[in-house]
Amino acid sequence: MTDPIESAQAIQHSGPNAEPRRRRSWIRRYIFTTDHRTIGIQYLLLALIAVIIGASLSLLMRLHLAWPDLPMPFWGVMKPEDYLALVTMHGTLMVFFVLTTAPQSGFANLVLPEQIGSRQMALPLLNAASFWLTVLSLLVLVSAFFVPGGAPISGWTSYPPLSAIAASGPGQALGMDIWLVSIGIFCIASTLASVNMLTTIVAERCEGMTLDRMPLTVWSWLVASMITVLVFSVLFAAAVLLLCDRHLGTAFFVPMGDLVNGQIVGHGDGTPLLWLHLFWFFGHPEVYIAILPGMGITSSLLANFSRRPALGYRLMALTTVLIGLLGFLVWGHHMFVSGMNPYAGTAFALTTMAIAVPSTAKVLSWIGTIWGGNLRLTTPMLFSLGFLSFFIAGGVTGPLLALPILDAYLHNTFFVVAHFHLIMAMAAIFSVFAGVYYWFPLMAGRQLHEGWGKVHFWLTFLAAYSTFFPMHLAGLAGEPRHYSQLSGGAASMAALIPLQRYISISAIVLVAAQLIFLTNLIWSVWHGKLSLANPWQATTLEWSTASDGDPIVLRGPYDYGVHPGQSDFLPQDALEPNPE
Amino acid sequence: MPVTFTRTPVDTERKHTGIGGKPPASRRPTGGGGDGDNWDGQRGRKGPRQLLTRWRLGVFFALIGDMMFFVAIVSSFFVSQAGGHFDPRTHNYISTWRPVSVPSILWLNTAVLVLSSITMEMARRQLFREIDVMEEWLGMGRPALRRATPWLIATVLLGGVFLSGQWLAWEQMWTDKVLLASDPARYFFYLITGFHGAHLIAGILALLGALASLTFLRRVEYRQIVVDCTAWYWHCMGVFWLFLFALLVSAQ
Repeated sequence: MTDPIESAQAIQHSGPNAEPRRRRSWIRRYIFTTDHRTIGIQYLLLALIAVIIGASLSLLMRLHLAWPDLPMPFWGVMKPEDYLALVTMHGTLMVFFVLTTAPQSGFANLVLPEQIGSRQMALPLLNAASFWLTVLSLLVLVSAFFVPGGAPISGWTSYPPLSAIAASGPGQALGMDIWLVSIGIFCIASTLASVNMLTTIVAERCEGMTLDRMPLTVWSWLVASMITVLVFSVLFAAAVLLLCDRHLGTAFFVPMGDLVNGQIVGHGDGTPLLWLHLFWFFGHPEVYIAILPGMGITSSLLANFSRRPALGYRLMALTTVLIGLLGFLVWGHHMFVSGMNPYAGTAFALTTMAIAVPSTAKVLSWIGTIWGGNLRLTTPMLFSLGFLSFFIAGGVTGPLLALPILDAYLHNTFFVVAHFHLIMAMAAIFSVFAGVYYWFPLMAGRQLHEGWGKVHFWLTFLAAYSTFFPMHLAGLAGEPRHYSQLSGGAASMAALIPLQRYISISAIVLVAAQLIFLTNLIWSVWHGKLSLANPWQATTLEWSTASDGDPIVLRGPYDYGVHPGQSDFLPQDALEPNPE
Repeated sequence: MPVTFTRTPVDTERKHTGIGGKPPASRRPTGGGGDGDNWDGQRGRKGPRQLLTRWRLGVFFALIGDMMFFVAIVSSFFVSQAGGHFDPRTHNYISTWRPVSVPSILWLNTAVLVLSSITMEMARRQLFREIDVMEEWLGMGRPALRRATPWLIATVLLGGVFLSGQWLAWEQMWTDKVLLASDPARYFFYLITGFHGAHLIAGILALLGALASLTFLRRVEYRQIVVDCTAWYWHCMGVFWLFLFALLVSAQ
């Protein structure tokens, strides 16, 4: 309790004119550190490791779908339960350890304190603790591959009774317990991280940094953190109840007379619907935890690289909050085909379509910001435009799926897979790429290579559309998701195998394109072009060059091109060029 | 030199700004204490209460998350209460929910917990008595330590009494020869009291930590933080219990 707060201050001032910092061992400086920037980089590296594992799993799945009889490396010919285990682990890794950690914890730790004119997170020790809990959670999750029975097979949503009965599948005994424990740890870790972030935003803003002068990234991190605090404990409670069902003989989720492997296992009045409600009360806001930071990054970057103020700043802040609020009222749209009361389905359809309104307002604002702007097509700008493209392409199918009657047909098909991979996976990951290219100078002091960055962008952009867009067609043709094989009895689906092969080849290209990014990343850490202090001529405070004292904020965050004839941008803490 | 650790009234001067009574943006309250409040010249420090504000906010936000945990459990309670299954022999929709009559000792426990919240609040206030804080700040003695310790010990004891009472209630349920897995109302009773009890055990550990920290922590600010945060946690657990108890009583 005594030292970490002060030591974090001591570590941080490492700029050119820094005071001589306290000497610390290598481990204290780079591994068990409380410095928010280092923790941000650690979160990003964690997400990188998770995304590498998750993407490899998806490649195995794609190979198996297209060529079912092909023996896999290290695996042999894949059994259906192996495929389901891959689905489960791919989803869990990507949703929790990539899309939740990178945009929310990673970038926020990297730049949030500076963006609000502070030098540190409010509770640095808690910050470090939550990072290491996240690492522990990842290790526990991956260990599920190596236990008897292997990884769980009930999907990242873990619907009971499959997830509640150990006898229901090979990975459902120890593997499922490990999954639940891992998720429990992750819930605690991300709640603590968000508590820290909320406290920082509320209590650490510098003078003049009023709410309506916060960058839109900070707004999005604020709302995403509130959502995190409110929903992750619900998932935690659900996981605890499921563990009780598995080991203490309760019956929250297993219905009376439930038959598994020829044995009656249900002995109480439990209902799987309860799990669905608890899980999706967490699960849908979780989608916004993943995408809201991406929206904030996109708003900031589009304004910067168009050299124009973000259109409708107040509206954008308001829609961020509104999306966060409405996100709590729409969870039922994941349950249209679950046997939920159909009247409830109607209500959830209405709220779901209502959420399209603030989302559309955001899209219009982004288009308005770049419309006729003086665009600088740098790599981060390209990735932001990519985000916009995927957000629209994935978003338009949202209101379609919000219709219960359409969803009844589409819910268990590849159409849904296409929808959420475009809007949640690709859009969010493009904003993460934009953020990495944009803030890399803050991490390494150098810039990523622009030329290879553009090659990376175009390959990723085309391959991503080519991978996920055809899934709409497969879904409309009726191809079910979560199925390991289309050949055999499903003769009507045989015609879709060429399409699936095309998708698989695109997926291989998509993953291969990321090797360019990895190479660029590693090369640029040592050999990239040395960065200027403010390489993108940005207005927000993380690029501020003033080094002494707390900054005093004098204006809003997006003062681009508003003073013709003078410098086309005014940092938030800069004095007016010509005070009159 | 700080004069006091208590909150000073903020001078907003709303009348003279000329823009409809709203202070100019540079003077609207932000997280920091504002101009001239950098009281000891330390970088990154904005005022004497900043650390306390941080920790208090952190505890509040964490407690909001904790509240959602109990909200989820209580929601499951209502869902299970309304649940049932179709009985093929009688063609009826029947439920296995048998309401649990709450052991009467819980009323006594509730009174003890309310009392412990009062002693906790007394302890907390001892840390913020202005004249004592000044004395501790100047190194002239530890009056807050002397005053707060008995209240803290009383809180620990009352918390222990509450937990023992809960255990007695559990034992009473056990002598009825009713197992955990018998029916949903029964295991919700164990779950709710159990989770709340676990939270209280954590609270008692925090209280013991606060007692120790009164002696060991060097700075008066840190001692205030530990006692203050423990107190808010304790109060919150008291309020949670009142709601949970009301739920158990109303469902019996």
